[in-house]
Amino acid sequence: MNPEFSTSTTAQVLRSLPKRYAKERRFRLLGLCAIVLTMLFLMVLLGTIFLKGWTAFQQTHIRLDVYFDPVRLDVKNLANANYGALVRDSMQRMFPDVEGRSNRLQLNRLISSGAAFTLQDMVTSSPEIIGTTRSLWLPADDEVDMLIKGHTPRDVPETIRRLSDQQLVWIDTLVEDGRLEKQFNGAFFRNGDSREPELAGVRGAITGSFYTLMVTLMLSFPIGVAAAVYLEEFAPKNIFTDLIEVNINNLAAIPSIIFGLLGLAVFLNFFGLPRSSSIVGGLVLTLMTLPTIIIASRASLKAVPPSIREAALGIGASKMQMILHHVLPLALPGMLTGTIIGMAQALGETAPLLMIGMVAFIVDVPQSLQDPATVLPVQIYLWADSPERAFIERTSAAIMVLLAALLIMNATAVYLRNRFERRW
Amino acid sequence: MSTLETTASLQKGFAVPRENIGSRVQKKSRKIDRENRETVGLQFVDDPRMTCRAVNVFYGEKHAIKNVSIDIGKNEVLAMIGPSGCGKSTFLRCLNRMNDTIVGCRVTGEIRLDDLDIYEKNIDVVPLRAQVGMVFQKPNPFPKSIYDNVAYGPKIHGLAHSRSELADIVEDSLRRAGLWNEVNDRLDQPGTGLSGGQQQRLCIARAIAVRPEIILMDEPCSALDPIATATVEDLISELRQHYTIVIVTHNMQQAARVSQRTAYFHLGDLVEVGHTSRIFTNPAHQLTEDYITGRFG
Ligand SMILES: Nc1ncnc2c1ncn2[C@@H]1O[C@H](COP(=O)(O)OP(=O)(O)OP(=O)(O)O)[C@@H](O)[C@H]1O
Ligand SMILES: [Mg+2]
Repeated sequence: MNPEFSTSTTAQVLRSLPKRYAKERRFRLLGLCAIVLTMLFLMVLLGTIFLKGWTAFQQTHIRLDVYFDPVRLDVKNLANANYGALVRDSMQRMFPDVEGRSNRLQLNRLISSGAAFTLQDMVTSSPEIIGTTRSLWLPADDEVDMLIKGHTPRDVPETIRRLSDQQLVWIDTLVEDGRLEKQFNGAFFRNGDSREPELAGVRGAITGSFYTLMVTLMLSFPIGVAAAVYLEEFAPKNIFTDLIEVNINNLAAIPSIIFGLLGLAVFLNFFGLPRSSSIVGGLVLTLMTLPTIIIASRASLKAVPPSIREAALGIGASKMQMILHHVLPLALPGMLTGTIIGMAQALGETAPLLMIGMVAFIVDVPQSLQDPATVLPVQIYLWADSPERAFIERTSAAIMVLLAALLIMNATAVYLRNRFERRW
Repeated sequence: MSTLETTASLQKGFAVPRENIGSRVQKKSRKIDRENRETVGLQFVDDPRMTCRAVNVFYGEKHAIKNVSIDIGKNEVLAMIGPSGCGKSTFLRCLNRMNDTIVGCRVTGEIRLDDLDIYEKNIDVVPLRAQVGMVFQKPNPFPKSIYDNVAYGPKIHGLAHSRSELADIVEDSLRRAGLWNEVNDRLDQPGTGLSGGQQQRLCIARAIAVRPEIILMDEPCSALDPIATATVEDLISELRQHYTIVIVTHNMQQAARVSQRTAYFHLGDLVEVGHTSRIFTNPAHQLTEDYITGRFG
């Protein structure tokens, strides 16, 4: 080769190098900025949620010495006994010098109205405790809780405070006696929704979300994969299938509330399925996730190299054998990823569920698919709407539970993908 | 016989440089003009295994194979040569209907296997492809273990009645493809982890494990070293005792060594067919001569 030519090329290359590297550096810097910005937003978001919500995992409790008074507890009629009176008696014994009806009322307001239910449960499960005295930690009222956590101020005039001066004195006494402290808020994970913040929990919503997602998964994964395999591998390519394809892509972009309206019209009004139930919620979310799953599954089927198909066909595999033995195993990781993305979407969906009545105030944890239920995002929506200060932290705590569920699902997706992924 | 002698001398002297073959060729008489695309030579044989008549292949609008008629004889190795893109692979893929898988590919004409028209409407391609095996131009092992790659065909066709029988088939196929010694201690590792040449031999083993009666090989030695090439060529000679083989190759010495007849394709036309010895010593067509003497283009 001509040496003159090659040296001039080298010179040219060297001359253009700084410019090329500068370009690369700029590009890298831009990418870095984008990442930093996203991380910043994410940190702010997660940070505020965590700071607001972590206190909800603790709840102020008051230690009461409860005397299970045989006079008040008729063994033959335990269900109708006045358990509230037991609580009130115990409070009274702690502060014997409180006189007058209104003062006693104020005193009793310090303890949660749910304390009576705890006592009832104890007595029903083991009646032999009647006649004994037990020292119990019972949840304090949410106003006390807020005060202890410092969410409501105490150095303001009594008129704009939710707790009276007298109540503050009692609280201080309880704290001094070691009878009032913050403990892990198990009720938050044990209970369903409640009007009383200190009794409200996410168990009902978690169960509802679980049932709803199970219905969605059981229906949308097989249907979606079957539809994708048929469209991709068997369907003739004609106007009709093109039309179907366009429609599926459009469905994926339809606002989810429309699916809710459809569910209302079809599942509730036409088929008469139970309102507010997880099964209807699951059906509606199935409609919503199907397009996502079908599109993701088709993409991963398309990504299977044609040479693998040819190899299978070339040694005389039938089409079904080719698909089952070679194409599906290779496409499965992609399909699973798509499905879990769809499920994560479904887990966070609120609007369509409002249309089918899953927004109702439901105290009981659902026991079956037909029971009225609510789901986590709807629970968040309901709590965010509540006026009590204590629901603010519970809203954030419920968001944290939802995020944790999403995190688990996405981790599963990554695990499954790595597990099934094969290289070629 | 003189033909045999020439073949033998060609076989011995595959290291003979191209110009030598060329100079031997040039001594012969006048050639058929370059513009003439009628097939010349020995298209048809007495006892054909496959017969192709007036075959045309279209990829959409593109006319890739133009009116090709040729027989493939029993126990014969037919070599197909020609410049890149002339349609060798396309024609080969017609013979077991692999072109069905390509969207927009259309085949007309008649291709018969024994007396069966393989392009007839209600033909089942599954037994056809079991009978007419194929080794593809690009090695395409399954992303499964080496063992499963070879065992897959016998398994789906039910050729083995026990585990040990299946293992025997796998070992035998790998041995014949010249791969056994390299992989016998790692049969459970993925076939995709082999080198390019090993993958090619794996694909050969996979194809012969089904015991097809006709084997279509599309450049089976393109990535092989001379030793592995020799193994594959031995395999071809051995298989010829019972089977029929069509092989596409860019290596003319290889065509000369393994085949009985050679077909030369040019831009979709089958230009010339004949005994291998004659094609390489005295081609009738100017295009064939240009190609084998390296003057094409
Ligand atoms: N799937 C396809 N779609 C459209 N055209 C194709 C397709 N496959 C091959 N062709 C065209 O058909 C012609 C013949 O291709 P083919 O692969 O048969 O060539 P070949 O002789 O095997 O070449 P090579 O020696 O490079 O493998 C080429 O011009 C190519 O562009
Ligand atoms: Mg080719």
